[in-house]
Amino acid sequence: MAQQLVKKDDDRDDEAEYSPFMGIEKGAVLQEARVFNDPQLDARRCSQVITKLLYLLNQGETFTKTEATEVFFAVTKLFQSKDMGLRRMVYLMIKEISPSADEVIIVTSSLMKDMNSKIDMYRANAIRVLCRITDGTLLAQIERYLKQAIVDKNPVVASAALVSGIHLLQVIPISFCNSVYFAHPMYATCSFYAPSLQTNPEIVKRWSNEVQEAVQSRAALVQFHALGLLHQIRQNDRLAVSKLVTSLTRGTVRSPLAQCLLIRYTSQVIRESGNNTQPGDRPFYDYLESCLRHKSEMVIFEAARAITELNGVTTRELTPAITVLQLFLSSSKPVLRFAAVRTLNKVAMTHPTSVTNCNIDMESLISDQNRSIATLAITTLLKTGNESSVDRLMKQITNFMSDIADEFKIVVVEAIRSLCQKFPLKYRSLMNFLSNILREEGGFEYKKAIVDSIVILIREIPDAKETGLLHLCEFIEDCEFTYLSTQILHFLGIEGPKTSDPSRYIRFVYNRVHLENATVRAGAVSTLAKFGAAVDELKPRVFVLLRRCLFDSDDEVRDRATLYLNTLGGDGSVVETDKAVKDFLFGTFDIPLVNLETSLKNYVPSEEAFDIDSVPKEVKSQPLAEKKAPGKKPTGLGAPPSGPPSTADSYQRVLSSIPEFANFGNLFKSSEPVELTEAETEYAVNVVKHIFDRHVVFQYNCTNTIPEQLLENVIVIVDNSEADEFSEVFSRPLKSLPYDSPGQIFVAFEKPEGVPTLGKFSNVLKFIVREVDPATGEADDDGVEDEYQLEDLDIVSADYTLKVGVSNFRNAWESIGPDYEREDEYGLGPRESLAEAVNTVINLLGLQPCEGTEVVPPNSRSHTCLLSGVFIGNIKVLVRLSFGLDGPKDVAMKLTVRSEDETVSDAIHEIVASG
Amino acid sequence: MLHVLRDMIEEGAITISVEVSCPSIKNILLLDSEGKRVAVKYFSDDWPTNSSKLAFEKFVFTKTLKTNARTEAEITLLENNIIIYKFAQDLHFFVTGSDDENEIVLASVLQGFFDAVTLLLRNNVDKREALENLDLILLCLDEIVDGGMILETNGPLIAEKVTSHTIDADSSLSEQTLTQAWATAREHLTRTLLK
Repeated sequence: MAQQLVKKDDDRDDEAEYSPFMGIEKGAVLQEARVFNDPQLDARRCSQVITKLLYLLNQGETFTKTEATEVFFAVTKLFQSKDMGLRRMVYLMIKEISPSADEVIIVTSSLMKDMNSKIDMYRANAIRVLCRITDGTLLAQIERYLKQAIVDKNPVVASAALVSGIHLLQVIPISFCNSVYFAHPMYATCSFYAPSLQTNPEIVKRWSNEVQEAVQSRAALVQFHALGLLHQIRQNDRLAVSKLVTSLTRGTVRSPLAQCLLIRYTSQVIRESGNNTQPGDRPFYDYLESCLRHKSEMVIFEAARAITELNGVTTRELTPAITVLQLFLSSSKPVLRFAAVRTLNKVAMTHPTSVTNCNIDMESLISDQNRSIATLAITTLLKTGNESSVDRLMKQITNFMSDIADEFKIVVVEAIRSLCQKFPLKYRSLMNFLSNILREEGGFEYKKAIVDSIVILIREIPDAKETGLLHLCEFIEDCEFTYLSTQILHFLGIEGPKTSDPSRYIRFVYNRVHLENATVRAGAVSTLAKFGAAVDELKPRVFVLLRRCLFDSDDEVRDRATLYLNTLGGDGSVVETDKAVKDFLFGTFDIPLVNLETSLKNYVPSEEAFDIDSVPKEVKSQPLAEKKAPGKKPTGLGAPPSGPPSTADSYQRVLSSIPEFANFGNLFKSSEPVELTEAETEYAVNVVKHIFDRHVVFQYNCTNTIPEQLLENVIVIVDNSEADEFSEVFSRPLKSLPYDSPGQIFVAFEKPEGVPTLGKFSNVLKFIVREVDPATGEADDDGVEDEYQLEDLDIVSADYTLKVGVSNFRNAWESIGPDYEREDEYGLGPRESLAEAVNTVINLLGLQPCEGTEVVPPNSRSHTCLLSGVFIGNIKVLVRLSFGLDGPKDVAMKLTVRSEDETVSDAIHEIVASG
Repeated sequence: MLHVLRDMIEEGAITISVEVSCPSIKNILLLDSEGKRVAVKYFSDDWPTNSSKLAFEKFVFTKTLKTNARTEAEITLLENNIIIYKFAQDLHFFVTGSDDENEIVLASVLQGFFDAVTLLLRNNVDKREALENLDLILLCLDEIVDGGMILETNGPLIAEKVTSHTIDADSSLSEQTLTQAWATAREHLTRTLLK
């Protein structure tokens, strides 16, 4: 025993010998740092102590504020030494300590002296240190030297100045996290960059001429740094960047790194030049293509990658890039193989046929030592391959799924999902694969990707439903992620009852009630209730189980059980579930949560129960409006009249305060304000259209922008000769409209009930003007009658639709049923892009895009967009739009509408047909 | 919201100059065969605290441990970062960049670092030698990347910049080794005496 102990000690001793820093301790090193104060400096000793200090910092040790200050002051003494090695360590130490603004002053003069030294290394390092720790005022002082340094004949000095310039231009210097005191609260607040933020970039921008000279430098790295800085100086000037690219792509750029930069800038110029050029004569494409023949691999790759990422890249443009990437695939260097296969994998998503040429090379990468490369190769093959190769590839992936990182596993799962959609007949082996990997270890994102994929398979391939559901059931038996468990339970509740033998799922669901946390238990209770509601034979058994849940320790679980027992008639009588209950259980919750929250906050507890129907269903596009606002230039006093806040709530309040509108019923929708005047005119008027079942109310928000005028008896004369189905019933004038205080005029029309009646209205503002003395603010007694022509106003179809989202479009689509489905095809003619066509139709219909389908991926040739909403008369509408490019620019569209009312389905088609 | 903006950009309705950046390095790590730090340098704020840095180092170390990166530099993608790495004896070299970075540029930085260290340690690329010349390693890191910007990728040039402070390089290098040998011997002696 004793011997063993000794032996262990020996071992440790041996190990310890590996490190000259063994047993090093902060306090002792700080003591040692006193040698910096010796009158006779021992340069070597000092260097060693600094190395020890740097070692401590590098190991994650932190110094207190006092310790750091002491070390800093001691280190500044070392500028006396002429030893160059020591000086280098001093530079490093100052950078690591990152002194505060008042401390910087101490070293400034020493550093400035070094900046003018004859020794190149001193100049280069002093510039880097000084620029890192300086503030704006100092920068102005040393600017002259920096400009000189940029064109210094020593490349190291020039690079030091250029790179420092790049850092000074950046608003957030990324290197700061590294400073010793990053975590130190005092230093975190007194970042010495802060005061210089406004001035530094301005100063650096004045160096343009010198930087331009440096771009022509013979030294490779100087050219790279100069190009980086020059671009940063000019980046907000598109024309200048374009000129820079034009001149440099013609000339010779020697440095490979600079060449890579130039390729990035070129891609930027191509991107910004937009789609106005025909493919084939894309500007600068020739340059990118010529870079594919460069002698440096990094340039070849940068160019190939740039080409594959071009907007709307054609097969013809892709070919040369694919060819060089294919060569990389068989390189001996893993980095090259990885870079190439990763890029090709991305290309395969949009242009699978272009990548098929590489299939043979890809096949050989399946057995690559580097699992990342193998995974990317297999998933690329899955995207480009044919049905017969699927089984073989699946077998190969299975072999090493456990070796690769979750990121790559997700790539594999996604590839399999799309494969399944491509080859539905293969679902059996794919589903098996998914269920196998679902059982293995993995993080949340990975597991979620698998579950999502299985859910998609179940939805898209009817044959896969039963096995898929059972796999999910097995998964929740042992699932550590609450979120996934509840999602699966919810899904089971919807799909399970529709299977041939719903009872087999009950056991899995009820097990959750015993074994899980409260959130999952509550979810399981809801799922049980859904089975009970949908399958009458199961009802008695479900009641038994639900009654047991009444004794749960969690009140949400108990509440749910009680609620469901009551709604399903669990008091013993086994009755057929009526439609209302089914709607309650299976219907989608189509009220935006934000709106519900606001309504609940406003609700005052009283005798009256909270009415969920009173919650507005319109989705607020508030963030968009806010985002747009800063972009809009303030237009002086003629700025948009500060009408009442445009929330439906406040509109409702305003309207209900006017007795004449009381019998109009519930407000269906209020439009966004429509401007009826140009900006910066005498009177600013916009209008909000309030739609009721049988009425329309125009709310004119008026602002008088002339200080010398007071308007009285202001009315809007509305001519509805082009809207003859409307008849005016009421008009409320504005008694007086003083300067800059907005007022509202209301005009109401009657219209046929529940019909989307369209029309055009012309408006004239009529009023009496009284002159006002701006000095006294008193108005003249005599007024003059005057009128002011406003722009026309349209009632469009979108005014009759509400944007109401659904959480699960597919479920909603199925539950509404095909009874009133209407389908037709339309040619939209030449369009700028698919995205533009999609947006136009969305805006025309005024419906809510669902599940992010309003976004058209770049380069796609077809797109499906899902919309949902409510039509006037509270009729739910779902729309499926399939767009396709027909020829170079022509867009064709298939429109399928499902709604609860035949006339509404037809009305939607009419909107599109006439729009 | 972002989708809308992107669509608008694609349609040319609004133009935002997309940030086109210089290649940038997030960190350079030199770890030993147990994943412990020899010298590290971080240039990005992805890992703000020391513990998050240590966690990242441990993660990267264990994920790459089983691979063979001794002849050619290897590469992997972890947590949306590209990591290029190479091992020599009991030292593990890593360079990290973001996942949209040019892999070959990152590899050139690793190669420069590796070559420079090999030169500076006179081909004795191991942990002990690295720690004994830690000052050179730290200067080397300082000369390769400045605040994320690549300063130099040519190994011999980096090594030259690190050692150029000594005018008569040869004599002083050997002299330094002698002194260091002395120091080590003395420390060893003290320790044995103290036992």
